[in-house]
Amino acid sequence: MTARIEIRPEVCTGCGVCVSACPFGAISLVDGIATVSDACTLCGACEASCPFSAIIIRRDKEKADDLGSWSGILVYAEQREGKVDHSALELLGAARSLSEAEGGAVSAALFTDDGSEACRQLVEHGADRVFLAESPALHHYSTEPSTRLLLAAVRRARPSVVLAAATTTGRDLMPRVAKVLCTGLTADCTGLEYDPVKNLLLQTRPAFGGNIMATIVCERTRPQMATVRPRVMKALAPDPSRRGEIIDLRPSPADLESRARLREFIPLEEGAADIAEAQVIVSGGRGLKSGENFRMLDELASLLGGSVGASRAAVDSGWMPYPHQVGQTGKTVQPKIYLACGISGAVQHRVGMQSSDRIYAVNRDPTAPIFGFCDEGFVADLFELLPALAREIRRRRG
Amino acid sequence: MDYGLSEDILSIRELCADIARRHIRPVREELDRENRFPHEVMKILADSDLLRIYIPEAYGGLGMGSLALCVAAEELSRACAGIATTYAANALGAMPVILFGSEDQKSRYLPVLASGEKLAAFALTEPDAGSDAGGIRTRAARHGDAYVLNGTKQWITNGGEAGVYTVIALTDPDRGARGASAFIVEDGTPGFSYGKKEDKMGIRASATRELIFEDCSVPAANLIAREGMGFMVAMKTLDNSRPGVAAQAVGIAQGALDEALAYAAQRKQFGQRIDSFQGIQFMLADMATSIEAARALAYSAARMIDSGAKRFEKEAAMAKVFASDVAMRVTTDAVQILGGYGYMKDYPVEKMMRDAKITQIYEGTNQIQRSVIAAALIREAASREK
Amino acid sequence: MRILAALKQVPDTSEVRIDPERGTLIRDGVPSIMNPFDAYALEEGLRWRDALGGEVIAITMGPPQAEAILREAISMGADSAILLSDRSFAGADTWATSHTLAAAVRKIGGIDLVLTGKQAIDGDTAQTGPGIAASLDWPQLTFVGKVREIADSVIVAERDVEGGVEIVECPLPAVISILKDANSPRMPSLRGKMKARSAVITCWGRADLGLTEEETGLDGSPTRVVRIATPEARSGGAVHTGTADEMAVVLADLLLGKEAGR
Repeated sequence: MTARIEIRPEVCTGCGVCVSACPFGAISLVDGIATVSDACTLCGACEASCPFSAIIIRRDKEKADDLGSWSGILVYAEQREGKVDHSALELLGAARSLSEAEGGAVSAALFTDDGSEACRQLVEHGADRVFLAESPALHHYSTEPSTRLLLAAVRRARPSVVLAAATTTGRDLMPRVAKVLCTGLTADCTGLEYDPVKNLLLQTRPAFGGNIMATIVCERTRPQMATVRPRVMKALAPDPSRRGEIIDLRPSPADLESRARLREFIPLEEGAADIAEAQVIVSGGRGLKSGENFRMLDELASLLGGSVGASRAAVDSGWMPYPHQVGQTGKTVQPKIYLACGISGAVQHRVGMQSSDRIYAVNRDPTAPIFGFCDEGFVADLFELLPALAREIRRRRG
Repeated sequence: MDYGLSEDILSIRELCADIARRHIRPVREELDRENRFPHEVMKILADSDLLRIYIPEAYGGLGMGSLALCVAAEELSRACAGIATTYAANALGAMPVILFGSEDQKSRYLPVLASGEKLAAFALTEPDAGSDAGGIRTRAARHGDAYVLNGTKQWITNGGEAGVYTVIALTDPDRGARGASAFIVEDGTPGFSYGKKEDKMGIRASATRELIFEDCSVPAANLIAREGMGFMVAMKTLDNSRPGVAAQAVGIAQGALDEALAYAAQRKQFGQRIDSFQGIQFMLADMATSIEAARALAYSAARMIDSGAKRFEKEAAMAKVFASDVAMRVTTDAVQILGGYGYMKDYPVEKMMRDAKITQIYEGTNQIQRSVIAAALIREAASREK
Repeated sequence: MRILAALKQVPDTSEVRIDPERGTLIRDGVPSIMNPFDAYALEEGLRWRDALGGEVIAITMGPPQAEAILREAISMGADSAILLSDRSFAGADTWATSHTLAAAVRKIGGIDLVLTGKQAIDGDTAQTGPGIAASLDWPQLTFVGKVREIADSVIVAERDVEGGVEIVECPLPAVISILKDANSPRMPSLRGKMKARSAVITCWGRADLGLTEEETGLDGSPTRVVRIATPEARSGGAVHTGTADEMAVVLADLLLGKEAGR
């Protein structure tokens, strides 16, 4: 049965709410009745918006018979240099919380060269089981071996949900696994909830450059897969009394084969920390007027234990290198504090930092758009306020 | 206003507008401030085939006409007159070869100009010969299979950056205007050097230099047309390019109007947007109307050329004189509308005002244009009398 | 080399606005553009074609109006273009999209390299590239910040990962997803624009690709959007004025207070 959209003409009042609700401009009113064009993508926004339930999207209602036999949550635990990445612990925290509604066990999948320490850590942070594959070949992540091993873990655990961090690793691995399993994968979730009645993972994530939040489900297939934005979920405090089962996946040489080969890994220089991981960002824009002046921000960032960010204007002017650019064509950051200095707050910048916990802005122009979406704004000459701020912070620290 | 432009010409406009947005606007202030030649932008224009527009297809060009060149020049001028001048002067330098060159000369020089591998420049003006072009003194003496050039050319756009120069020199000083000839001189020819780069009021991205010829030997194969045809070549070249100059002026004015409109929409005084004041509104209306009239005149002159008209110096002169006067007026008004901000280098309109001035001066001063128009009117009236 | 650049037409999200009352997207007058990340993928393809010879085919799955970005690709230098369009493709999530694109790769035949942009600015999933690789069982390289070399059917590239850069190689054919600033996309050329205007774009539907309804579009999509909402609108908070010293005190409270609570 094909999916299709239907307007019920006997119910449609021609109110036009659906016309504006459609993100694709696919609905118009013809003779007072909503009419759908070829641009329709069956996204369902109109169906949800119609006050009269005049729009119905008919979908294939068949469900796989054995959905109920999939149970539990499997977390792909990323490791680097033999150490469990913090994102894995955050995911275990989220998994434990979801498992209260889901009801099944929480497992971790770990592929590494030496898992002894890591397994213990995963169990202490909430894993009931760890599916472990150990081999020197697994010291550094590579796509094909990890794909085969995660598939093996999924087939053994038969989890209802599989989670991974939305890191380069998670986003490289999970789509491949999801494709093979013919199941759904939602990227970069910022919110997860489990509906025990429908047995569904409700996955919330930003879309359209962060302008909207979409909630997504995977109804007909299992497992329900998601990559989760790092530093959003909370890790549990480790409980050394927890016990867990270690299941050896026993990777064969064929499992470990890889057509891609890592030639070399070049670590980032000391101090060139990725601003996407910073908790505090002091960011500068056109108002800084020169690269020299960014030293003020360096100083403040140092005092606050954070990193320096820059708007596109500042990067294009050569005042800061591109890895520091925040915005639609730069990095998306979600620090606890974002201090925007001399940044007007155009939407292209906004989409890169609007998920910050707290946004503070300093700008001498009271009409700057940034004052419309920051938590507290300061209309000031940053060349006076920022030095005064540095002095104040130093004074308090004594 | 819809000028019924062809799809090809609309593509040119779109492409130039894209390049202007992505590559010209971000650098125009810096190039102006630093008096720096737009090498990177010229490469982008070349790679986008914009230097092929006016070159015949047989030599790697697109064989498009004067109107196409006008639209390109206009759209580029809207973003930066200095870059547009570099572009237009490049076309000007190629024009003598296109109009009068032999097969040999065309196949030797037009392909490298079409690809942008080399740029071109046109050299007529001298320290003592501006409006009075007939007063040039650079000599070209025949020696066997070559001509030896001696003299100085002044204020040559693209001087020092171009690889190919079309130079007007006297082969027979006793014959006055009929004693001049046109030559193709390549950069690097012994005896050919450049003076200092000029420090100009406006169009500062464009490079302006003296050309110095000291016993510079040029092969006879580089003589364009015949000895004595120099002024004809020069005059026809300039007439052909004149609508393009008008188009540059239209573009400068349009860019200034764009800025004035944007500013007036967001600037508030006395609790209102300033574009709600009739004084400003009337200024904007007059600016827009005069720009449209200038545009229509420029396009009409270009169309005349494209349709093969034999004589069009009156129309070309009208387009140039009108459009350049409009550009000066409109840019001055734009600065006025931006008020104090307009006077500051932080805002682009003061540059546009400085840029606009040259359009009233170069490629034949507006006084000369008026003389040309008057002469044509009188001649036409006289022939009607008969 | 036969290179396929997979592109997507998206709304220009910087122009997308939310109706504050209804919490829905206002799409009137929002222009459709080539996904900005895909321009880098296309440019990478053009570069390698220029260096090694061969052809670049631009492909997209979308409604008929998506043809516009294919013409744009031709104006930039793509040799030909294919539009995958069919009513049954509508509502596709990344599974169905990558499945459909993979079918096209098989149908075209002889593809050495599939290039995609990192992610689309509307869906932001970054999943389609790996999905295509999985469908074809080809190796994949994601988050590629720079392609260093393609020689003897092997590609060497830099992956920008957390903490550093991986230099990796894999044999062709492969799927590569490219990051922004891996190159500098060229402007279209005039001759390119003329060619694009008159180009005949091949269009394939579901039947041409030999796919069933269950594998494509909404039916082929295991995930489904059930709700769209505006994020908690952060409206402007307090705006402070005063002397620099006064404001420094207030700001320090905010910064250090929060920091202390970390």
